[in-house]
Amino acid sequence: MAVIELADVSRAFTVTSRSGWRRTRREVRAVDGMTFSVEPGEVMGYIGPNGAGKSTTIKMLTGILVPSGGTIRVAGVDPSRHRLKLARRIGVVFGQRTTLWWDLPLKDSFAVLQKMYDVPLARHRENLATFVELLDLRDLLDVPVRQLSLGQRMRGDIAAALLHDPEIVYLDEPTIGLDVISKARLREFLAQVNAERRTTIILTTHDLDDIEALCTRVMVIDHGHQIFDGTLDGLKSSQSAPRTLVVDLAATLPPIQVTGATVIKTDGPRQHLTFPTNTSAAPLLAEIAANYPLVDLSVSEPTIESVITQLYNTA
Amino acid sequence: MIRAPAQYWLLIVMWIRSVLAYPASFVLMLVSSTLVNLTDFVAVLIMFSHITAFGGFSLGEMALLYATSSTALGMADLLTGSIERVGERIRTGAFDAYLIRPVPAFLQAAADGFALRRLGRPLQAGTVLVFALSKVDIDWTVARGIMLAVSLVTGTVIFAALFVLGASFQFVAIDSAELANSVTYGGQALTQFPLTVFGKEIVRAVTFVVPLAFVNYYPVLYVLGKPAPLGLPSWIGLLSPLVAAVMVALSSLAWRAGLRRYRSTGS
Repeated sequence: MAVIELADVSRAFTVTSRSGWRRTRREVRAVDGMTFSVEPGEVMGYIGPNGAGKSTTIKMLTGILVPSGGTIRVAGVDPSRHRLKLARRIGVVFGQRTTLWWDLPLKDSFAVLQKMYDVPLARHRENLATFVELLDLRDLLDVPVRQLSLGQRMRGDIAAALLHDPEIVYLDEPTIGLDVISKARLREFLAQVNAERRTTIILTTHDLDDIEALCTRVMVIDHGHQIFDGTLDGLKSSQSAPRTLVVDLAATLPPIQVTGATVIKTDGPRQHLTFPTNTSAAPLLAEIAANYPLVDLSVSEPTIESVITQLYNTA
Repeated sequence: MIRAPAQYWLLIVMWIRSVLAYPASFVLMLVSSTLVNLTDFVAVLIMFSHITAFGGFSLGEMALLYATSSTALGMADLLTGSIERVGERIRTGAFDAYLIRPVPAFLQAAADGFALRRLGRPLQAGTVLVFALSKVDIDWTVARGIMLAVSLVTGTVIFAALFVLGASFQFVAIDSAELANSVTYGGQALTQFPLTVFGKEIVRAVTFVVPLAFVNYYPVLYVLGKPAPLGLPSWIGLLSPLVAAVMVALSSLAWRAGLRRYRSTGS
């Protein structure tokens, strides 16, 4: 039984532009014909360039925005119609801004959330203790939210979003602006929450390391359309982003001739060749070794960045 | 719906506690706010050192008008005044945070940043009310007593409804906070005086268009046993609960429409 189901969901915005006295209205489809479902316990990375429709989708899944077409069911209900009811079962983190109370110490915000969501006090204490420990919040509890650093605030926001044991958590760019260590710590925490509580997590990000570290599933969207839905490995192999072979020769030579590969760069005795993802490197190596003075070599897989860049370009 | 009062209370207690973390600062704010408001009434006192009646009202009667109007606006401002910042919240995107919580966005917007120091105005108004009641010679009946008490509530409700109407309009025109202020705060300045001094057009406007006259003017006329203007019956003040109910219905519709518009346009 899927916890999130979208069927042919669209969302149009009217954009008014002015030039002089004339106003022109134009309809922009931020999300167009989106259909997918998410199973309980899945961690889905939702990626796409700026303006692809990621946040719009998240807002529709929380009930903040009403879709212009199609149907959405989250935890069995229509989000925009049963927004208040659904709110108890989902957690939301907007990376760009806090949902906590700016002037209140973190612990007061947490106390209010406990009452707002009617979390049994024992359960609340238990959760709070866990999150304080895992997210290292102990020294921050008495600090007003406005005085927290970005990374500290984000940890506070994430704890706040999870205190009421939501079944589903939406994280809209949770690692934006964080340093490497904070990012790693956050990912570790989210992985643990997902593993222990079977919380379904949907996260949008521009940081593909988030996807590598956390997501069992990736969805790529562009211009409101799904352009990929599957596993990370599937994403890599779906695209014929070329693999790279770097060979070190005994001498500086003109670009070498190999069947099935092309030299893209020469750097003294070092030459860089590319070859398609779906072919084996072995015959290439044999051919090079037979014809050229080969000293050393290395093969590199396409980076996820290059895969996605290619996906955007072909879409 | 049933839980709304408890939820509202939860939110304002949170803000009150955060303010009371600095008690000395709070007391100073409250005292200064009350004093500033009191000087507002001093203007009326000075006026009456030169005249004995204004628009048919004696000093005590004027004080009664002033106190009722000031209580109503002060209480409405205390309870729902924060809602005027809704346009700002929409612009910064903070409004989305209200919509992910299991509490109606209206309650969160009304309670957000609840400022207990706004109690200064109702406190000042209470002082003026005591002064007024000691000065005026009212022919007390049960109906008049009830009317006076009820008018403080209905007046608060009418002003609060106006705050909400103004805030609802900000869903359409984000920078319209000042427009709403001209009706609420401006309206309060108007209702401090016997409305007849402003001329018939104004009286009509505040009776039939923006029913500010029902905040305190008509109820006070009833309590004092004075005739109503425009040939209206002298018991017209008794209609104030009805007017308040209509205003609540209107503002609630407006808020819902605004929220629906927001949810279907995004920020």
